[in-house]
Amino acid sequence: MTAPVVTGIGVAAPNGIGTEEYWAAVLRGESGIRRITRFDPTDYTAALAGELIVDPAGRLPGRLVPQTDHMTQAALVVAEQALADAEVVTEDLPEYSAGVVTSASGGGFEFGQRELEALWHKGGKYVSAYQSFAWFYPVNTGQISIRHDLRGPSGAVVSEQAGGLDAVAKARRNLGVGARLMVAGGVDGSLCPWSWVCQLQSGRVSDRSDPKRAYVPFDAEASGWLPGEGGALLVLESPEAAAERDAGHRYGQILGYAATFDPRPGSDRPDGLRRCIELALADARVEPSEVDVVFADAAGVPAADRREAEVLAEVFGARQVPVTAPKTMTGRLLGGGAALDLATALLAMRDSVIPPTVHIDQFDHASLIDLVRTTPREQPLRTALVVARGFPGFNSAMVLRRPA
Amino acid sequence: MSAPLSLDDLVILLKECAGEDETVDLTGDILDTEFEDLGYDSLALFNTVGRIERDYEVQLPDGVVGEVTTPRALLGLVNEAIGQPA
Amino acid sequence: MVSGTSTDGSRRVAISGIGIVAPGGVGTKQFWDLLTNGRTATRSISMFDASQFRSRVAAECDFDPVANGLSRREIRMWDRTTQFAVVAAAEAVADSGVLDVLVPERTGVITGTACGMTQSLDSEYAIVSDEGSAWQVDQAHASPYLYDYFLPSSMAAEIAWRTGAEGPVGIVSTGCTSGIDVITHAAELIAEGSADVVIAGASDAAISPITVACFDAIKATTPRNDTPESAARPFDRTRNGFALGEGAAIFVLESVDHARRRGAHVYAEIAGHAARANAYSMTGLRLDGRELAAAITAAMRDARVGPADLDYINAHGSGTKQNDLHETAAYKASLGHVAYQKPISTIKSMIGHSLGAICSLEVAACALAIEHSVIPPTANLHERDPQCDLDYVPLVAREQQVRVALNVASGFGGFQSAVVLTKPGAVAR
Repeated sequence: MTAPVVTGIGVAAPNGIGTEEYWAAVLRGESGIRRITRFDPTDYTAALAGELIVDPAGRLPGRLVPQTDHMTQAALVVAEQALADAEVVTEDLPEYSAGVVTSASGGGFEFGQRELEALWHKGGKYVSAYQSFAWFYPVNTGQISIRHDLRGPSGAVVSEQAGGLDAVAKARRNLGVGARLMVAGGVDGSLCPWSWVCQLQSGRVSDRSDPKRAYVPFDAEASGWLPGEGGALLVLESPEAAAERDAGHRYGQILGYAATFDPRPGSDRPDGLRRCIELALADARVEPSEVDVVFADAAGVPAADRREAEVLAEVFGARQVPVTAPKTMTGRLLGGGAALDLATALLAMRDSVIPPTVHIDQFDHASLIDLVRTTPREQPLRTALVVARGFPGFNSAMVLRRPA
Repeated sequence: MSAPLSLDDLVILLKECAGEDETVDLTGDILDTEFEDLGYDSLALFNTVGRIERDYEVQLPDGVVGEVTTPRALLGLVNEAIGQPA
Repeated sequence: MVSGTSTDGSRRVAISGIGIVAPGGVGTKQFWDLLTNGRTATRSISMFDASQFRSRVAAECDFDPVANGLSRREIRMWDRTTQFAVVAAAEAVADSGVLDVLVPERTGVITGTACGMTQSLDSEYAIVSDEGSAWQVDQAHASPYLYDYFLPSSMAAEIAWRTGAEGPVGIVSTGCTSGIDVITHAAELIAEGSADVVIAGASDAAISPITVACFDAIKATTPRNDTPESAARPFDRTRNGFALGEGAAIFVLESVDHARRRGAHVYAEIAGHAARANAYSMTGLRLDGRELAAAITAAMRDARVGPADLDYINAHGSGTKQNDLHETAAYKASLGHVAYQKPISTIKSMIGHSLGAICSLEVAACALAIEHSVIPPTANLHERDPQCDLDYVPLVAREQQVRVALNVASGFGGFQSAVVLTKPGAVAR
C-alpha cells in the first residue's frame, strides 16, 4: 500500500492549543491535567481530567456555534490549523479527491445532555433542530467537510482509544485507491456531567486527587486513567499529490499499520497486542531494530501496563528501544488520543527529541522498557511506532518515518 | 393574544437560535431579503420556528420552512396565527 | 478513481451469509416474505408513550431476546442495538456455514450504526438526572453498563467474542449511509488482504423519545398518525416524511476464492462502491443530486458496469419531499435516459427508516433480489408525483432476473454512498 505523506498538522490539547504551543508545553513537561472546571466535579468519584477550553469567539463563524458541541468547535479549529499548515487550497483540488475521516467516541455529548435535559424536563418541543447531528459520531467529519468543501470519501470510526490510528488508516486506504488528500485523526472528549458518569462507570478512571499522581502508567502506583479532551488532525496526501503541488511540509510518512482484537477476557488465547505490532512492522517493511522510539498506549491500569511492557520487550528486546507516553500530560483523549500521539511522534522526529513521560516517580517496569521520563531525550529519530489500545480489546499500531 | 412579532424580535430570535453570520448586516431593511442570503439555512429556520411556536403558543403550517423564504413572509404567517396585524 | 475492488478472485468479495432483525419478523425468510408481499410493518409507537410528539408512527421489531437465545445477563447488559446485531450476526454465521473454518487472526468484525446505544442513553439519562431536573447527574443511580452505551464499539466487540474474530474489529459510522459504508469498509479489508472473512453490517434500535424529538424538530418524520400502516409514502405525491424504524442486517463477507474453496453458497458479490460528501449541509440536500450522482457513477465504474447493465436499483427513498427529488435527479444525472427504464424501489415504505441500519437491510434486499429473481415493491405509492417520474415499482413485487443491483444512500453529515452487487458469475470481469 502507498505510504502517504503528512503535510499538515493541527493540534488542540489540554496543555496547548496549536501545534507549536502544544509541542513546546510537552517539551517543558507541562501537564494540562487539573480539577474539572467545566462543571462541579465534587459529587463524583473522580474529579481530575485534561480539560480543553477553546473559545469559539473569533475562531469560528458565529453561525456554527449554536449547532456544535464544544468538541466539534475544537475539531473545526484544529482542521483549519492543519489545512493552513499544509498550505493547501482545497478549491484547487480535483472534485471529490479530498475527504475527511475522524475518530469518535460518544459524539457531542454535552450538546446531547443539554437536549436530553430539555426533552425530559420541558418536553419534546424544546429539543433543538441541531440535536439530530450535533450528538452523532461523524459530526466532526461532516462539519469539517462542509467548512472546507471536502467532498471525497469520508466517514468516522469508533474503536475506543485505538480509533485515532484507525481513522488515519482508513484515510490511507482512501489515498491508496485514488483520493489525493485526506484530513484524518480525531479531536474528541466532550466533558459534561453525563459523559463523566458514563466514563466513571468504566471502573478504570483514577480517583486520585493529586494531578501529579493520578494518571501514572508504568508506575507501581498506577491507579487507572484520566479522560481528556482534544486531539490532532493530520493532512495526508499521496506522495504524488504532495510532490505535484510541492507541499511545504513533509513531516513524515505513514509506513505501516495493523489492527487486531483480543479474545474474550478469560480466554486461554494470547491477546492481540504483539501480533498487532508485528503486523504493523511487517506492513511497513521495518525490522524491530529500525524503530527509534515507541509511543506507548500507557493505559495506566496495572495489568495492561505490565502486558504492554512485556510485549515491547518481546518484540524489541528488553530496554532496546526508548518508550514514551506524553499523554501523561493530557490524559487519554478517547478518539483523539492516538491521533495526538501521531502528531507528537512526527514532531519528535522533526526535532530529533523524544518528549517525556511525566509524573512517573515509581517506575515499575525498568527491566522491560526504557521509559523516557521527566525530561526530553535528544537523539536522531528516523522511525517511530505508535501503539494504541482501546477497551475492551482493540489493538492498533502505526509506523511512521521521517522524510529522508 | 400575544403582541405582534416585529422584525427586531425576529432578528433577536434568529441570533439566539442560530447565531449570526459576521459578514451579513442584520440591522438594515432585510424584510425582503432571502433567509439564505442572511446566512440562515433550513436548520436555522427549524430552530427559530420551533422557538416561535413555543414562545407564542402557535402552530405554524408544516411546510413553513422551505416555503417561507423571507422575514416578511414569516412575520406575516406568525402574526396571522397569533391574530395580530403584521 | 476511488476503488476498492479487483478482478482477482482473492480480492473480490462475496456475500455468503445473511442475518436479519427487522420490523415484521426476525430472520431473513420473514424479512423477504414481508418485502415481496408488499406488506408494511409501520404502526403506532408502542415502545413508550409518544403522545407528546408530532410523529407517533414507527416500524418496530417484535423482538424477543430470550427466544433468540440471549441470556438474562446479556439482555440486561446490552442495549437493544447490540442485541439486534448479535442475533443477526448469529444467523449470518450459521447461514454461511463459515464458523468451522474461521481462522481467528484472519477474521474481522466491522459494524455500523448511526445512533449507537441511544435508547439506553436516553432512558439511563432520565434516571441519573431524575428526568432532567438538574444539570448535575447522580452517579449513585448510574448503570454499571454506561460505558458500553457511551461507546458503540462495544457492539463490534461482542460479535467478535462470540465468533472468535481477532482480526480488524471496529465501528464505521456515517449517519444514514452507515449501512453501506460498513460493508464497503469490510470489503476493502478483504481486498487489501487484512482479513479473509469479515462479519459486517449495521444495527440501530433508536426508537426512543430523544430520537423522535430530534426528527420532530426538523419535521423529517411523517405525522400521519391516524393511518400508520400507510404513513410512509416514498415517491408518492402525498409523502410527508419517513417513519422511524429499527433493525439490523449482518453479513458474512469473504473473498470469492475463500468462498469457492469451501464450496460456500454466494448470494452476491460486492462489485463496486464509492462514497462522496456534499459539503453542503448537515441535513439538507441540494435538489440537483450532484454528489449522489457522482457516487453512483464512480461505483458503477468501480464495478465495471454501465447504466444499461443495472437490473434493479434499491433507492434511499426516505419519503421526505426533498430526498425523493434529490434522488430522482441523481438517477437522471448518473444514468441518463436509461433511468426511466430501470425498476427502482424502496423498502423504507414497508420497514421504515432504521437510520444507520437501513442500508445494510437494503443491501440484504438487493442480495435476495439477485438470489430469488424478485424485485420488492414500493408500498403505499398510489399517487404519482409529476417530479418523481421514474419506475418506482408501485405496490406489487416483480418477478425478474436481477444480475446487477445498485443500492444508494444519503446521510446526515452530507454523506452519499453507492454500492453495486452482482450475481455470482453473471458479469464478465
